[in-house]
Amino acid sequence: MSGAVQHSTASSVSRFAIPSVATFSPSRRKWLGRLPYRNFGRYLSPLLMILCWQAACSTGLLSTRLVASPVQILGTGWTLVQDGTLSTNMGVSLLRAFAGLSLALVAGISLALISGLSRLGENIVDAPLQIFRTLPVLALVPLFILWFGIGETPKILLVALGSTFPIYLNLHKGIRSIDPKLLEMTRTLRLSRSQTIRDVILPGALPDLLVGVRFAVGISWLMLVVAEQVNADSGIGHMMMDAQDFLRTDIIFVGLAIYGLLGLISDQCVRVLEHRALVWRPLHIQRTGNIG
Amino acid sequence: MNYISPLATVATDLQPAVSVRGLSRRFGNGSPVLDKLNLDIAQGEFVALLGRSGSGKSTLLRALSGLDPVREGQISCPQESAVVFQESRLLPWKKVWQNVMLGKTGATRSDARKVLEEVGLGHRTDAWPLTLSGGEAQRAALARALIREPKFLMLDEPFAALDALTRLNMQDLVSSLWQRHKSAVLLVTHDVDEALLLADRAVVLEEGRIRAELPISLPHPRRHYDPAFVQLRSTLLKHLGVDE
Ligand SMILES: Nc1ncnc2c1ncn2[C@@H]1O[C@H](COP(=O)(O)OP(=O)(O)O)[C@@H](O)[C@H]1O
Ligand SMILES: [Mg+2]
Repeated sequence: MSGAVQHSTASSVSRFAIPSVATFSPSRRKWLGRLPYRNFGRYLSPLLMILCWQAACSTGLLSTRLVASPVQILGTGWTLVQDGTLSTNMGVSLLRAFAGLSLALVAGISLALISGLSRLGENIVDAPLQIFRTLPVLALVPLFILWFGIGETPKILLVALGSTFPIYLNLHKGIRSIDPKLLEMTRTLRLSRSQTIRDVILPGALPDLLVGVRFAVGISWLMLVVAEQVNADSGIGHMMMDAQDFLRTDIIFVGLAIYGLLGLISDQCVRVLEHRALVWRPLHIQRTGNIG
Repeated sequence: MNYISPLATVATDLQPAVSVRGLSRRFGNGSPVLDKLNLDIAQGEFVALLGRSGSGKSTLLRALSGLDPVREGQISCPQESAVVFQESRLLPWKKVWQNVMLGKTGATRSDARKVLEEVGLGHRTDAWPLTLSGGEAQRAALARALIREPKFLMLDEPFAALDALTRLNMQDLVSSLWQRHKSAVLLVTHDVDEALLLADRAVVLEEGRIRAELPISLPHPRRHYDPAFVQLRSTLLKHLGVDE
């Protein structure tokens, strides 16, 4: 491995704090040295808010019927973990998100390739998708229930539909904005069309694809929340709707926390993927190239 | 390919490596950028193409390299040709050696390394292109052209974006590479000294035609302070419309 690769791997320590590469000592020391000072400021205010929240609940200022206290929520979370409710529902939700995202990846990438690689394909695919994309996908919920009932199909399809658009739009843009000078160069090297697609167009559009995937992951959770709360007999959303019937705000808050956590973890996964796939970009370019 | 005439297949030593006959090119309805242009380049000859900006030098190169179709006139040039542009045009997502091998079937990493060593870039074989300096990137682009063992090498202002010192090093490199490989070379440049240092012949393009040709029969290596060099420079500058 060259120095350049080591350099950019090391940088991931400071950016993402991945423990597995912590053996790289110089930047690890830098990271640890910065940690207390930085995080203290960052987490002080949320911590204070939680403390106030707990105090308000304990003193009766806030009715625990409307807002469960943090201690209550932690306790409920622990009970739900122990009796298996949480893992069952979370498994179901994860599976739906995963299935929907996989469908979206296949559909989004295929459509973007069709419209990105040929004019004819663009004429056929792009216009309908651009029209469709302005439609709020959530407005399709009643129609989906009519068509597909209340099983897994409408939920997975809703997730898939919502997350197909960011994947398609970003990859399509990525393919269309490949540097024409590079394409010209492949012609002087007499590369075949398939070689050009494999070696120039696809890797050149990869950064945009990954941006699209990150948006898609975020949207997939949004879709799932709605789908599971409208009609479901399992999943985190269903667990929360159930709790509503019994005025169990503590369970609702546990559900919220789980959704938040899942969103955070999946976003980090895509970030790590992004970092791995784009090692060729020096650090300063990566910084400006990323969103968020 | 349509821009190579059948003539090219029966090339002998007597025939020029490159021959352009009556080549015209116009964009839209304006005046022609290339106007019935004729040019021959002998086997192993190094020709420098000069002319003010916008005189059509790149347009001629694009026609020669097959990037633009030839609608009016004829071009015959070897199938084994390569181009180096002002920008290195390396693929950022492929390591330097992979860039060098691009589209060259049957080549291995050690072939790429050998060529990279020849251009003085052996130590950056595994580097990512975006970590190269401007001069290093142009060396890599040269290596990518050389590995194809071209009979005809086109260079479109390859050093224009480099700093003065790096440019001098690159000129030395191109000179020694050419003396070893002896392929026909067409170098587009706006640097009179560069043309006089490297070329066998300087050609001045103006209003779409070759306005002047100047043979440069100085022995290599050439020195700027050589009286014959100084003499040739003022002649060439006069052809370019500059009076000293
Ligand atoms: N694709 C194009 N469309 C229209 N005009 C062009 C195009 N390419 C070049 N030209 C024009 O042709 C002329 C010659 O350009 P060029 O060959 O690039 O000049 P140079 O000698 O500086 O390399 C310029 O006036 C330029 O504006
Ligand atoms: Mg030019």
